[in-house]
Amino acid sequence: MVAEAPKAAAPAYKISLWAQLNNNRDFLGLFFMLPAGLVLLLFLTYPLGLGVYLSLTDSRIGGVGNFIWFDNFIWLYHDSVFWLSVFNTLLYTIVASAIKFGLGLWLALILNHHLPFKAFIRAIILLPWIVPTVLSAIAFWWIFDSQYSIISWALTELGLIDQYIDFLGDPDNARASVIAANIWRGIPFVAITLLAGLQTIPQSLHEAATLDGSTPWQRFRFITLPMLTPIIAVVMTFSVLFTFTDFQLIYVLTRGGPLNATHLMATLSFQRAIPGTQLGEGAAIATAMIPFLITAILFSYFGLQNRKWQHGGRDD
Amino acid sequence: MAAVSIQKVRKSFGSTEVVHGVDVEIGDHEFVVLVGPSGCGKSTLLRMIAGLEKITAGEILIGGHVVNMVPPKERDIAMVFQNYALYPHMTVYNNMAFSMTLAKADRAEIDQRVREAAGILGLSEYLDRYPRQLSGGQRQRVAMGRAIVRAPQVFLFDEPLSNLDAKLRVQMRTEIKLLHQRLKTTSVYVTHDQVEAMTMADKIVVMRDGYVEQTGAPLELYDSPVNLFVAGFIGSPAMNFIQGRIDRNGGAPSVLAEDGTRLPVPPEAPGEDGRSVHYGIRPSDLALTEDGTGVDTLVDVIEPTGADTFLYGAMAGQEICAMFTERHRFAPGETVRLTPRLDRVHLFCSDTGKHL
Repeated sequence: MVAEAPKAAAPAYKISLWAQLNNNRDFLGLFFMLPAGLVLLLFLTYPLGLGVYLSLTDSRIGGVGNFIWFDNFIWLYHDSVFWLSVFNTLLYTIVASAIKFGLGLWLALILNHHLPFKAFIRAIILLPWIVPTVLSAIAFWWIFDSQYSIISWALTELGLIDQYIDFLGDPDNARASVIAANIWRGIPFVAITLLAGLQTIPQSLHEAATLDGSTPWQRFRFITLPMLTPIIAVVMTFSVLFTFTDFQLIYVLTRGGPLNATHLMATLSFQRAIPGTQLGEGAAIATAMIPFLITAILFSYFGLQNRKWQHGGRDD
Repeated sequence: MAAVSIQKVRKSFGSTEVVHGVDVEIGDHEFVVLVGPSGCGKSTLLRMIAGLEKITAGEILIGGHVVNMVPPKERDIAMVFQNYALYPHMTVYNNMAFSMTLAKADRAEIDQRVREAAGILGLSEYLDRYPRQLSGGQRQRVAMGRAIVRAPQVFLFDEPLSNLDAKLRVQMRTEIKLLHQRLKTTSVYVTHDQVEAMTMADKIVVMRDGYVEQTGAPLELYDSPVNLFVAGFIGSPAMNFIQGRIDRNGGAPSVLAEDGTRLPVPPEAPGEDGRSVHYGIRPSDLALTEDGTGVDTLVDVIEPTGADTFLYGAMAGQEICAMFTERHRFAPGETVRLTPRLDRVHLFCSDTGKHL
């Protein structure tokens, strides 16, 4: 009786192809990924592919170019302005990221303590990040103005200098100025993300370490820092990527000047491609950024993020 | 090793006082359990001994010295946390060696102490693993190992077994007790589980709402609870309470329950006629009688556990539980007669909750 029941019932359950697919995990997985896949293809892969393709042509604005293989890159290899922009970009990225990390971590550690008006202070900290870059860049443009700079004015009033500083006119000053503006803008991201990371470290670990006889510095060095490494890796990867590809700040503040001293690869790429109409050459500069970015990602992925202690439950 | 003395200790968080002047004496080598429902202040008290919470008023002495202002690391205590608080990025070995490494102890000595502790706790094979790769019971042992390595004056345990499953909890309970018998280090153990308290403690401190309700040896609390709370809290299954009035009716005293049932009490029972009382009797102190004496009890549910049989039913109109070591097969709805053991009857004043 029991054994016969399924046989008798079998014809009643006619399963359509759609229903079968609906129960197939592999198919469902692909199916649900389809919309996201399409979006990625349309808005990421296509522009990236087009950019790389353009870098291999001598396209100009308004004309279809010829495929010229690596001529653009060979040309750039002998171009001192390109190499200056590579140097500027690396300097900008390394100095700004290092300072953003240091100050951001410091700020996060302070905010992780019990402070009065904590939520309010955290909200304020986020402000530089929320304000549109162009807006803050314009503000900095005023702050760095050669005649109306508030910094120069304040220092003069204090009697520390007797001549206004030419922030954006002198190559070294200009580099320092744009880096300062980038740091101001980038700290909130680092600080708030690291703060989120700090809050995932259980209080009891700090208490256990206290009872184990550690000083505050030792707790930071042996507990906080190692446990924060994975999140530091992620934050700094993103921070480096944002900084390396920065465009808006430079474009508003200096447009690459003076004497190309603040030209980053992104701004140089734009300048050559659009105002200079050499689409192919601009694309080649942009494409030349890709190896640097991939290196940064691989460094953080293999060097910092993957820690054995994070993998659980394995008996090896 | 040292004695710990807690004298009139108070603790406030802001304007809320959570510990209201607690006195506890913990002798050298003693294993003392602080037990009470959650929010009773037991963990706060433990954390004050550890130095993780400031003491609002009163004094805590370890080994005869007032430690109120002594920072935690100088109190020479070790603590086992509820979530173990193992350093996830360190191996078992480094977890256990951490305190000695910080103290810049000799490497050979660290190694010897860590391996010795690992040997005691059966962790020798796991020294190279990370906490994540261990089971709950093993992590618990590492947490204890970390405490043992330091050979402190006092061990503090903050609900260390709460995160383990029932079977492992019983096993670790025995292990902790064995460990204490071996090391004889003064221990303060916090739990909300009265069974843990009963089985492990030399002395139990029952707390509620920031006050100490009663202090004493486990069986002392079991046999002579000073009030309704301790009577109901200690013992499993819990003591039965039936509300009624003392009624002598000119002769021997008894308790007249609200539905008119008479409950027997010892002839020398205290309390004046008409006094409102809670009649307390433990489930194991109710005997089945078939000679017509005893109190009628309506059977609701029978739970045979193998070793014991539990009867849940209504006596004098109120829910009770009875426990038999023999096996019985009563039908739900049946009426049986149960006789309370007179020398085990407790009478509590209904107004104050105090034992008469």
